[in-house]
Amino acid sequence: MLLSEAKTAETYVEKPKTFAALREKIASGQVKAADLAGEYYERIEKKNPQLNVYLSLTKERAFAQASKIDAMAANGDPLPVLAGISLGIKDVLAMQGAPSTAGSKILQGYRPPYDCTAVTRLEAAGAVLLGKLNCDEFAMGSSTENSAYGPVRNPVDIERVPGGSSGGSAAAVAANMAVATLGSDTGGSIRQPASFCGVVGVLPTYGRVSRYGLIAFASSLDRIGPFAANVRDAATVLGVIAGHDPKDATSSQAPVDDYAAESDKPAKGLRIGVPGEYFAQGLDAEVRAAIEKGIDALRAAGCTVKPVALPHTRYAVPTYYLVATAEASANLARFDGVRYGYRSPNSATLSDMYSHSRDEGFGAEVKRRIFLGTYALSAGYYDAYYLKALKVRRLLAEEFLRAFAEVDAIVTPTSPFPAFKLGEKTGDPLAMYLADIYTVTASLAGICGVVVPCGKTKAGLPVGMQVLASHFREGTAFRVARAVEAAEI
Amino acid sequence: MREGRGMAGKVTVEDVERVAELAHLELAPEETGRMLRDLNAILDYVAELNELDTADVEPLTQVSELGGAAGFNELRGDVLEPSLDRAVVMPQAPETDQVFFKVPKVIER
Repeated sequence: MLLSEAKTAETYVEKPKTFAALREKIASGQVKAADLAGEYYERIEKKNPQLNVYLSLTKERAFAQASKIDAMAANGDPLPVLAGISLGIKDVLAMQGAPSTAGSKILQGYRPPYDCTAVTRLEAAGAVLLGKLNCDEFAMGSSTENSAYGPVRNPVDIERVPGGSSGGSAAAVAANMAVATLGSDTGGSIRQPASFCGVVGVLPTYGRVSRYGLIAFASSLDRIGPFAANVRDAATVLGVIAGHDPKDATSSQAPVDDYAAESDKPAKGLRIGVPGEYFAQGLDAEVRAAIEKGIDALRAAGCTVKPVALPHTRYAVPTYYLVATAEASANLARFDGVRYGYRSPNSATLSDMYSHSRDEGFGAEVKRRIFLGTYALSAGYYDAYYLKALKVRRLLAEEFLRAFAEVDAIVTPTSPFPAFKLGEKTGDPLAMYLADIYTVTASLAGICGVVVPCGKTKAGLPVGMQVLASHFREGTAFRVARAVEAAEI
Repeated sequence: MREGRGMAGKVTVEDVERVAELAHLELAPEETGRMLRDLNAILDYVAELNELDTADVEPLTQVSELGGAAGFNELRGDVLEPSLDRAVVMPQAPETDQVFFKVPKVIER
C-alpha cells in the first residue's frame, strides 16, 4: 500500500449516536435494526484491518436478533430498552457457539457451549451482538499488546496503544465500530482504555454484575462493565446487566438502581474528595492540568471539593500484583490441553502434555504472572507474600471507607500518562505494571467507578477522569461523571 | 505451622524449576534466564510491603464482606441437575472417543 493511501488517524475516530436517537429511529421504523447492524459490519470491514478491534463476528446471531426487533417495531410492540442497539463483546466473555479466545492461542478454536449471563441479559433487552473484541491475553495487560492475535491500535492515533486489557472494547466505541461494548476490569482494564481512547468506561462494584461466563483471571477482583460514548448510555447498559445471578455465588442481592435516571440528577451539593497521593510525582503535567479543569467544572456545578487522605496508595500496585497473580495461577490451571483448546502434539506422557501445551499455548506475560502467583502461594512463601498482600488489601479498603464517610465521590486521574506508543513499554514488565497505579486501589477495595473523558493533551490524546464511589453507589459516580461530561473540557 | 521464609533473597534457577513443576509449565531453556530476571525485579519491588506493620490486620479475601451485600455465600441444594450436553462438549476436545477425553498414558510401565 502506498504511503499516500495510508489513512490518517482522524478518519478512524467517530462518535456513535446516542441510544435515545437510535431508539427513536428504530421504534418509528425510520431505521431498521437489520440495516443498522449492516452499517456497523460495513464500518468494521473498513476499519478492522488497521485497528484489529474484532477477532470474530457473530453475523448470523446479530441479524436473527435484528429481525426480531424489526418485527416488533413493525407490529407497534413496546421495545425493550436496548432494542436494535449494536454492541461488541470482549473475547473473555462467552457467547454460545462463537469463538472465545481470551486473546490467547491456548483457546484457539474453543467455542463455549453457553452464554455469559451479561450477554443473555443484553440480548433479552434487545441488543444486537456484533462480535468478539480483541484484548490482552487472559485480560493480563495494560495495552492490548499481549494479545496473541496482534495489538489493537488506538483510533485517535494508530501508532499508539488503546490501553488494556479491554483495548478492543474501548477502541470499538471510539471508532464507532459498535454503539457500546462490554469489557472486563481486574486492575484497570476498563478504566484505563476508556481514558486512552476518550470514551466512557464503568467499573461496577464487585458483585454488581454476574461473572458467570467470564473467563476468570482473578476471581476476587474481576468485574464485567460497559463502555459507551456518553455517561447516560453507559449507565443504561449497567442497568441491564447488573443484578443477582444464582449462577455466580459472589453476585450481590443489592437492589439495582435506575442508573440512567440517577445520572440525570444534578451534581450540585455532592462532596468531592481529591487525594493528594494521586497527584504526586510521576503524573504527566498535561494530564494533571486536564483533571484540574474537571475539578473546577465540578466546583462550578455546585460541588464541594476537599482533600482526602489515602496514605496506603503507594502499596497498591505490589499488593495487586501478588493477589491477582496468585488467583490467576489457580484459575489458569484448567488450561491443560485435556478437554478443550490447544494440546501440544508429540507428548509421551500426561505430564509432558500439560507442561508443553501450557508453555506453547500461553504468551510471555501470562507465564510470568503464573510463575509469580505460584511462587507467592508456594510453601514457605505463602505468609510472606500472598497473606501479607491480603492484609495490606484490608488497609487499602478501610481507608477508602473512611474517606467515603467524608465525601460522596473521589476524583483522580485514571493513568499517569496518556496513550503511549506501541512497543514503548513492552521491554519492561515492571514499567507496564506501574501504569496501573491509579486503578488497582479501587480494584482491591471492591468499590465502583466511572471514567469520563476530561479533555485532551496538546497532541490531541484523550485524558479520562476517574470518579470513584463507595460500594453500590454507582448512581453517585454517574451523577458526577455527567457533570464533568457536560462541561465539555 | 509452616516456617515462613520472608521476602528475603533472590530467586534462583532451582526456584524457577520448582515453580515450573508446581505450575505444570515447563520453560524452554532460553526462557528461563528471562523469567529469573523478571521475577527478581518484581519480587524486589513487592518487598516494599514489608514497610507496613500488619501484625494486627486480618487478611481481606472477599470484598463482599465490606459492602454489606446480602446473599453472600449462599449454596444451592445438593440435588443432581443436568450438566453440559456431551454432544456439544466432546467436539471441542483435542482427542476423544466421544465419551471420555483421551490423554497420553499416566504411568510408565
